[in-house]
Amino acid sequence: MGIASMLRRGALALGAAAIVALPALAQRNDPIRIGAVLSVTGPASFLGDPEDKTLRLYVNRINAAGGVNGRPIQLIVYDDGGDANRARTFATRLVEDDRVVAMVGGTTTGTTMAMRPVFEDARIPFISLAGGIEIIDPVSPYTFKTPHTDRMACEKIFSDVRARGLSRVALISGTDGFGQSMRTQCQRVAQAAGITIVADEQYGPRDSDMTPQLTRIRNTQGVEAVVNPGFGQGPAIVTRNYAQLGIRLPLYQSHGVASAQFIQLATPQAAEGVRLPAAALLVAEQLPANDPQRQVLIDYKTAFERETGQPVSTFGGHAYDGLMILVEAIKRANSTDGTRLRDAIRATRGFVGTGGVVNMSATDHMGLDLSAFRMVEIRNGQFVLIGN
Amino acid sequence: MGAELLQFLVSGLTVGAVYALVALGFTLIYNASDVVNFAQGEFVMLGGMVTVFAVAAGLALPLAAALAILVAVAVGLLLHRLAIEPARGASAVTLIIITIGASIFLRGVAQIVFDKQFHQLPAFSGSDPILLAGAAILPQSFWVLGGAVLVFLGLFVFLEKTLLGKAVLATAANRLAARLVGVDTSFVLALSFGLSAAIGALAGILITPITLTSFDVGTMLALKGFAAAMLGGMGSPLGAVVGGLLLGLLESFAAGTISSAYKDAVAFVVILAVLFTMPQGLFGRRSVERV
Repeated sequence: MGIASMLRRGALALGAAAIVALPALAQRNDPIRIGAVLSVTGPASFLGDPEDKTLRLYVNRINAAGGVNGRPIQLIVYDDGGDANRARTFATRLVEDDRVVAMVGGTTTGTTMAMRPVFEDARIPFISLAGGIEIIDPVSPYTFKTPHTDRMACEKIFSDVRARGLSRVALISGTDGFGQSMRTQCQRVAQAAGITIVADEQYGPRDSDMTPQLTRIRNTQGVEAVVNPGFGQGPAIVTRNYAQLGIRLPLYQSHGVASAQFIQLATPQAAEGVRLPAAALLVAEQLPANDPQRQVLIDYKTAFERETGQPVSTFGGHAYDGLMILVEAIKRANSTDGTRLRDAIRATRGFVGTGGVVNMSATDHMGLDLSAFRMVEIRNGQFVLIGN
Repeated sequence: MGAELLQFLVSGLTVGAVYALVALGFTLIYNASDVVNFAQGEFVMLGGMVTVFAVAAGLALPLAAALAILVAVAVGLLLHRLAIEPARGASAVTLIIITIGASIFLRGVAQIVFDKQFHQLPAFSGSDPILLAGAAILPQSFWVLGGAVLVFLGLFVFLEKTLLGKAVLATAANRLAARLVGVDTSFVLALSFGLSAAIGALAGILITPITLTSFDVGTMLALKGFAAAMLGGMGSPLGAVVGGLLLGLLESFAAGTISSAYKDAVAFVVILAVLFTMPQGLFGRRSVERV
């Protein structure tokens, strides 16, 4: 046996040892791979863009602080452009090629529902950032979501209507997806909330004049309050027409228009006195000092606005909540095994996020209650928190 | 009940006047070239968006409006020069497809040059509604209606009383014959693109205080304006105005008295019924089969 051949054998043995040792090393130092499929561009980009920025911002922060259980996080983001087909392709790629341990994302209800079977089949936890209640009702074992639902918005509005001693409500809804979904939920929860719906008008998402519908509502006997489930410029025009017709009944808008831009479009005069349920982020500075969410909200808002130079939005907040719930769960599970991670996410109790205080369970994969919504009123062109 | 109907009437007339202005733009270009210019809605968008951004940049409203019309006319002329003129001789269908492409292109550019947000413009003469027999009417509605009437009258005088206008009419009647008597039909086509762009931009400026605007506001308006032009009879300016007002009234009365969920369906069913019985529209020229 020559020296050369001995060397060769030695090298082989070393190589074999290295191959055996690699997985063990990987367990300790390899990054934790977290996937995200977001609608960063396309029609839902106003949702997906802040989500993308938030995830990148906080993954960097976590890694700079030493990672999770000593391992860094590797974030893999794909942009589906709002297209459910592409979302599903990317979901498959995340599972099969990127081998992610969990997924935070799914900007719209449509993309989420398209991706859900992929993660359910692979038994990988999937925390969606979309609003639709069908994502978690009925519960799928591996699918969670962080934003509140339109059903909760209806319940919040109706409880405020009841608190004013009123009960007969008129609906004027957009015919877009958001408006129709919330209209259905409002009709469903009305009876339990002690509300009678006495008028049900609709308008197209690009309509420019809603005075005929509002005139009909005004002429309906016994209407005591008006609720406008809608999104985009429709609610702004409804609010303007409402003022134009001089209707004096309380007007409720949805959480879909909870932004300063809505007041500007509707004009502050027309929007005066309009109420809407909104995430606490909208009125973070107005929360009392003992509010559990106050500090979390102000921290997130400061970090996001300093990093991106853009005003904070609740949508980015949903991504923050999803990522943090996942990170906490990985720490608690001390594992990245899909089922153990799922159990840990399910065991989330008292997590304070931007969307509310989260208490998950085997039957509740969202974990928010009505306190997650704050009722705000528009006064002098500003959102003002009113007593809950 | 009377006040209610008056409210529907005003609402329908205001929305209808917008459709009428868009339909007039369709009519002008159609007459000069047999082309239905689907980028017509984008002229409306340009009118609104340029005004909003110019006002935000500190320009006075009349100046901003003038600028918006200039920009739209420039875009209209460029559209003709760069997209329609090089393809002259192609069939009308090809040219129509080119305008659809141009419409998508203009929307994309607007998305980048401006932004994807909705914008508003303050009403020209206050936003306190005028109460008339129980109906609340926005002063801006009068601006829109007045604007539509002025444009229609101006167009009428231009077409009937000026030599240039006669050239446009001659081109509309018979392109070959017009060319034989010395009308520069290519110039007439460029002129009609410029003119429809100006009318579209004016419509956009007048309606923005009521309807708000965004980069993609033109799509729906083009569709409604097209329906109005078909209803009135493609190629007839009077038909465009009547069709537009009728469509607006149909929508508002359907929403107010029948069902707001099916108001668009009601309007389109009526249009279909009209076109079944009068395929040329209400004021359309009967096409004569030449042997």
